[in-house]
Amino acid sequence: MPAAARATRPTLAVFKLASCDGCQLTLLDCEDELLELAGRVEIRHFLEASSAVGSGPYDLALVEGSITTAEDRRRVHEIRAAARHLVTIGACATAGGIQALRNFADVAEYRATVYARPEYIATLATSTPVSAHVPVDFELRGCPIDRGQLLEVITAFLVGRKPDIPDHSVCFACKRRGTVCVTVAHGTPCLGPVTHAGCGAICPAYGRGCYGCFGPSASPNLPALIPLLRRDGMDEPTLGRALRTYNATAFAELAARSGEERPS
Amino acid sequence: MKDVRRDAWVLRDDGLAALVRELARDGRQVIGPTVRDGAIVLAEVDDAAQLPHGWGVELAAGRYRLVRREDAMVFAHSAGPQSWKAYLHPQHVRRWTADRNAGGEWTVRGEDEREADAVPAYAFLGVRPCDLRAIAVQGRVLGGGPGADTAYRRRLDRTFIVAVECTDPGATCFCTSMGSGPAVDVHDRGYDLAMTELLDEGGHRFLIRAGSDAGAELLTRLPVEGAAPLTESAARHVVADAAERMGRSMPPVDLHALMAGSMAAERWDDVASRCLTCGNCTMVCPTCFCTTTEDVTDLTGDHAERWQRWDSCFDLDFSQLHGGPVRASGRSRYRQWLTHKLGTWHDQFGESGCVGCGRCIVWCPVGIDITEEAAALAEETGQPENRGSVQAAESVRHARQEGGGRR
Ligand code: SF4
Ligand code: SF4
Ligand code: SF4
Ligand code: SF4
Repeated sequence: MPAAARATRPTLAVFKLASCDGCQLTLLDCEDELLELAGRVEIRHFLEASSAVGSGPYDLALVEGSITTAEDRRRVHEIRAAARHLVTIGACATAGGIQALRNFADVAEYRATVYARPEYIATLATSTPVSAHVPVDFELRGCPIDRGQLLEVITAFLVGRKPDIPDHSVCFACKRRGTVCVTVAHGTPCLGPVTHAGCGAICPAYGRGCYGCFGPSASPNLPALIPLLRRDGMDEPTLGRALRTYNATAFAELAARSGEERPS
Repeated sequence: MKDVRRDAWVLRDDGLAALVRELARDGRQVIGPTVRDGAIVLAEVDDAAQLPHGWGVELAAGRYRLVRREDAMVFAHSAGPQSWKAYLHPQHVRRWTADRNAGGEWTVRGEDEREADAVPAYAFLGVRPCDLRAIAVQGRVLGGGPGADTAYRRRLDRTFIVAVECTDPGATCFCTSMGSGPAVDVHDRGYDLAMTELLDEGGHRFLIRAGSDAGAELLTRLPVEGAAPLTESAARHVVADAAERMGRSMPPVDLHALMAGSMAAERWDDVASRCLTCGNCTMVCPTCFCTTTEDVTDLTGDHAERWQRWDSCFDLDFSQLHGGPVRASGRSRYRQWLTHKLGTWHDQFGESGCVGCGRCIVWCPVGIDITEEAAALAEETGQPENRGSVQAAESVRHARQEGGGRR
């Protein structure tokens, strides 16, 4: 940042749409860095931490959650208009989240089954990522996001550099960490080869397969992995569920796309 | 009197404990094979009991299983999930740090590579011949010349290497094709001690010989006895026998020429449809050396660090230039890996980048097999059989004796 701008602190705002709050909590979890961050930026809007609400414009807006209501669809445009940089955080904001399962089902039916007074529930038929509605400057993946990666994104935006958030597969991190591959050595199904890195390959380090919570990597070859998942014991319903969790729409689009064209 | 520098000796299996102890007594951190998470991995061992006594492995393309052996062999297993590069060429290292003072001036400090001397030197116990070659090959890339990494050189120079010849090649091994095993070449200058494990009527023992002055000195501290001619011939026999039991082989063509002539082959589309571009093959390959840099700043913006981390030609970002990645397709990325490994490595470094350890075959989740891909390319392009592999072995042998492998 230019020296002149250092005198006034940049402003930060955190917004929540349809989500569980887990990703925002990651910011509060940055215990060691939080005080320093608070000294470095002016936190104007962060309801999870403080009820004081400051108005825009904001230098950096972090947006958690997906668009599932007409109200949020309107609000996200306001947030965009008030933010110099808009960064979406977490699977809900970047891919629609687990609530995007409704995209494959009948919302009216869900509503009638789940709620005693469905007429009080106003909701859209789909759950969509923020980027489907407004331009987004950076998408930080994960369910929830990784604390280290969140700090990396914030510090990168503060100094005006590109965040170092690799978009290769989880396998890169898994091997760098020295984990014995659970697929090759144990025959455990793992979505790591098609999943976006960022978690530090936690699941394989504890002997279980990756379940894709960061969504697809930048160059996934899903058709090549599926026979392997089947071989290692995933039946069709399990396979369907594995691909339809937090990033259901992202993996579904991928499956649809790769059905038409062979990856090259 | 026997010449400790040149003669072979016999170490009984209880002598392994003495070997580990003496290496540790010299202040070294001993790294060797040990069982963890259903595999034989490399890790620090402070007692010979941690070595994989009685464990073996069953290998196939995309498959690795740890199995109990019926005997008590310690080194009767082939390459595991990591290689020694995890120690010599660590996956994440800091290169420099920069600090800005109150006046706005920056001070940049490179890592003091002499600090490497303050940490314990390694002793690698159980380096297979293919990996001994791989250390030499990577050493010629990182240890000297234009790509020199001086910290790498320091780590390698300070490492004591105990090589162990192969008696039980895996189903994915093809060191014989690449001229890198299963025997340790007596002229190799890359090891300090070399052993051959024997378990027969004569008992469980190791034929051991020194490859350096440091190795010869260590030998004088071990409970060794003179080797009978019969023991020496038994050792030669088990290793020669291993050469006949390689699980795989490269097609007998000039691989360098094959790669140069295959750029437009259709086979690349076929392999691209199977390849996950997951990068596992490059991560496990003991010679792959590619890294990227990451710049870290803290929240104040007054402190910055540059780190180096392993990267791979399967990463889209690896060939990112202005406007996008040069190798956007899986086809071009797999082709880069194979043609670099078997082809352009010769142009750059005068030898093959593949030593035939088979790791990329085993640890590829979908079991893509470098030997099968090379054979398919040879067939598609009609590459004639020749003595190419012999010539390649010649040039490798030549290269091995100068530079990288020498410590
Ligand atoms: S365990 Fe999963 S993430 Fe790790 S290398 Fe194997 S397939 Fe990739
Ligand atoms: S290319 Fe494969 S077989 Fe050759 S050295 Fe690398 S990992 Fe081993
Ligand atoms: S094959 Fe790829 S990762 Fe390995 S050394 Fe060559 S370019 Fe680097
Ligand atoms: S060849 Fe195998 S290990 Fe290498 S990138 Fe392709 S799928 Fe991954």
